[in-house]
Amino acid sequence: MSTTATSTKVVLGGTRGGPDVETLRTDRWWIQPMVTASILTAFIIYATWAAFQNRYYYVGANVHRDLISPFDSPCVASDCVSGSKAGFFLNGWTLAPALLILPFPLAFRFTCYYYRRSYYRAFWWSPPACAVADAHGSYSGETRFPLLVQNLHRYAFYAGLVFNVLLTYDAIRALRQPGLGWGVTVGTIVLFINAALLWLYSLSCHACRHLCGGGVKSFKAHPIRYRFWKFLTPLNAKHMNFAWASLIFVALTDVYVRLVASGALTDYKLF
Amino acid sequence: MAEVTMRVWRGDASGGDFESYTVAQNEGEVVLDIIHRIQATEAPDLACRWNCKAGKCGSCAAEINGKPRLMCMTRMDQLPEGPVTVTPMKTFPIIRDLVTDVSFNFVQAEKVPALLPPPMPEGGYVMFQEDVQRGQEFRKCIECFMCQDVCHVIRDHEENKTNYAGPRFFIRYAELEMHPLDTNDRRDLVREAMGLGYCNITKCCTEVCPEHIKITDNAIIPLKERVVDAHYDPIAWLGRKIRRRTKRSADDAAVQPAP
Repeated sequence: MSTTATSTKVVLGGTRGGPDVETLRTDRWWIQPMVTASILTAFIIYATWAAFQNRYYYVGANVHRDLISPFDSPCVASDCVSGSKAGFFLNGWTLAPALLILPFPLAFRFTCYYYRRSYYRAFWWSPPACAVADAHGSYSGETRFPLLVQNLHRYAFYAGLVFNVLLTYDAIRALRQPGLGWGVTVGTIVLFINAALLWLYSLSCHACRHLCGGGVKSFKAHPIRYRFWKFLTPLNAKHMNFAWASLIFVALTDVYVRLVASGALTDYKLF
Repeated sequence: MAEVTMRVWRGDASGGDFESYTVAQNEGEVVLDIIHRIQATEAPDLACRWNCKAGKCGSCAAEINGKPRLMCMTRMDQLPEGPVTVTPMKTFPIIRDLVTDVSFNFVQAEKVPALLPPPMPEGGYVMFQEDVQRGQEFRKCIECFMCQDVCHVIRDHEENKTNYAGPRFFIRYAELEMHPLDTNDRRDLVREAMGLGYCNITKCCTEVCPEHIKITDNAIIPLKERVVDAHYDPIAWLGRKIRRRTKRSADDAAVQPAP
């Protein structure tokens, strides 16, 4: 008996079935991109306004506090308000310190795998939702400049880690109450929560997971990196939650510091 | 007994249109049951592909109310009120009615360089549980090709089919790249010929996967990071230069046969 194998010639292309419409989805698929676009736009507008305001970013010794906004820390401009200055500063930089600081965390978020998914859907409509037609006639994805730069996400992650350390230091400094000693205020807790959320967002990052252990061929051969990977994997599954929580909370932290610094709000001491 | 109206795409490569059928619907039925009822009562020539009716063969993939789903796993009572629309998978050429030609996927499957283990050591190959577990998730794939169907890179841009493997095969590449016994290096291949850079991580493949494989988080992004290691990370490049390590090219990988 012959056992000769037969094969079918494969033809690519051909006419597609179904109607030629953008989508047949009947659910409210547009809500998610709309909400995403609204929140991200609101954040960008607020951050731009806050960056250019160049005041009310620090609550100092005059009210026995040491609270600095995460948007302006470390304060490295030469005209930072008294008490807020970092150990070093840039001579001659008189614009808002936030303009020097914000590009780094923004680069981390802009190149983040989760945010890419979100803004490609919400702003670029590529695609706006699953099984809804792409808004563009041609598509090259992330194969060309400028989107090729997304591949440097890990460097933005490294920069983000530096700011996490600085903001954690700010939270610890906020325990200091000049003239009164040490204590915990609402502002201290706000700064600690902000730092914690930023750490969770950074540690749950896909690049972090890869660099810590995901990139190895054999877990057995790298037991310590495997442990890191096992610790980071459940965090990574919640990366989206941490991305939104940290983004919204960092803005709220800035709002809080600004309100206290402007005198509109009192930073209550808890103990 | 309740009734339901189904709008089913009827046609072939020469054209087609929706046909409406109003048929009985029993409690607990899935879309495939209703399609079979239409075949049994009103349209015996309605073409649809199915096999296991248990969500394990992937044959009955179609688009239900515009979303790629397995007909056998979509309960009628979980769909919104009103007529239910059933169309063939949009990304692939139609054969007839709900049946499409998914040959594209077999062409891509042929292009995957096979596992290439080192020479067999004395006592045989040894695999450890933690390494086995990692690739296990990708082995759950039932090849329904809904991830390929929903991926806008080829769904909305037919021209990309010539240089894009698609999510189903990215999980295969990821599985092989993570295999501790594999010596093939496919990073150049997935970057250049397989079009990994076309994926913009919109996660639709993960959303539609009936096996709940985390295609984007556990396969595509790790693959992208491996490509960054090989191509875009200047410190990794410097490290290789200092340690005099070379990165094997995918040209080599692509031509190395499995033993």
